[in-house]
Amino acid sequence: MWWGFFISNVLGYGGGPSSIPLMQNEIVQHYHWMTNSQFANMLALANALPGPIATKIAAFTGYGVGGWLGLVVATAATVLPSAMAVVLLLRLLNRYRQSRPVKGMTALVQPVIAVLMVVLTWQIGRDSVSGVGWIQSMCIAAVAWWAMERRKVHPALVIVAAFIYGGLILPHLPRLA
Amino acid sequence: MSRGRTLWEISMAMLRTGILGYGGGPSTIPLFRYEAVERYRWVDNEEFGQILAVANTLPGPIATKMAAYLGYEQAGLMGAVTAVVVHILPTSLAMVVLFGALGLLRHSPVVKGVIEAVDPVVAVMLGVMAYEFLSKTWKGLGKWVGTAFAAVAFLLLVVFQLNPGVVVLVFLAYGLVHYRWADALRRRSAGQPDTGAAGADAARGDAGRQTSATHQQTSITHQP
Repeated sequence: MWWGFFISNVLGYGGGPSSIPLMQNEIVQHYHWMTNSQFANMLALANALPGPIATKIAAFTGYGVGGWLGLVVATAATVLPSAMAVVLLLRLLNRYRQSRPVKGMTALVQPVIAVLMVVLTWQIGRDSVSGVGWIQSMCIAAVAWWAMERRKVHPALVIVAAFIYGGLILPHLPRLA
Repeated sequence: MSRGRTLWEISMAMLRTGILGYGGGPSTIPLFRYEAVERYRWVDNEEFGQILAVANTLPGPIATKMAAYLGYEQAGLMGAVTAVVVHILPTSLAMVVLFGALGLLRHSPVVKGVIEAVDPVVAVMLGVMAYEFLSKTWKGLGKWVGTAFAAVAFLLLVVFQLNPGVVVLVFLAYGLVHYRWADALRRRSAGQPDTGAAGADAARGDAGRQTSATHQQTSITHQP
């Protein structure tokens, strides 16, 4: 189990969501811990809950296969290798923080991160439009922007407000374009 | 500040990011930024960007990498462990406990509405961060050079669909020699003997070739 989750996460670049197909490969095809439809069900639940995806899948599969110990092992295999690597790498970089090469690296990485953020924004925006439609998306986005950027409301409160709006009001509205 | 207080702050920050981030790790990044930069001021915006970049070069879930490092920087190993455990525990347990209610959850219009209404909010948070990183790019590299590098990044990531980790690595590799190279270019244009460029050329290697070509172009257009 350690190996299965270690492999699927060490090979998954770009965060948890990109590891999902790899985890599916290990869980369904390789180890036969679940059938494909069980996996799909689990994924649906994982998507309905907040928090990182990969660790939720690891916890659930681990628990199903080996109880609480399985949960701990699968989660640790998902999290530990990359967490330790990032700490070690950043410690190394911080030691040379004032050197020109590291400053150059810091400067050059900004445009890549900016573009990655633009891409993420685009993807979530598209999901949002296909979920609640243009009009709702724009209105919610405008209110959220005003609250967070103009009024400096804590983002957590804005998200909770969106939960409430989505849970209590949205289901009763007619679906607009 | 006392250690217990620090660990408490880490726990609260990670609890909030863990249970409020919808749509997997990457969409949680703005929440991490808010806690680490604005609320607790553990790091400034620039360092946060650096951490995010390095975390992106490594494989594995992004949220737990961010949690581990932010925790580690504040309170060592204990901080890292606390941060990661608090970040993932509530939702991991919820997965196990709630599976019985799965059918109900999936088809409930309330749950559907909750998930869908959060998407626009997350989009706004990500969009604001994108803008901040762009303006940081302009500040660090200048408007023209910065835009050119962003365009190259866009080309590699979106048009050629290259792996983000690989693109970050390429830019980091070139970043190692960027200043040296820029200096050499400036010296050459000032008519001084050019000693640094040959070494930089060799050190640049394959990784930076594409990006440095762009840089050369933009630098030349800058000169009078």
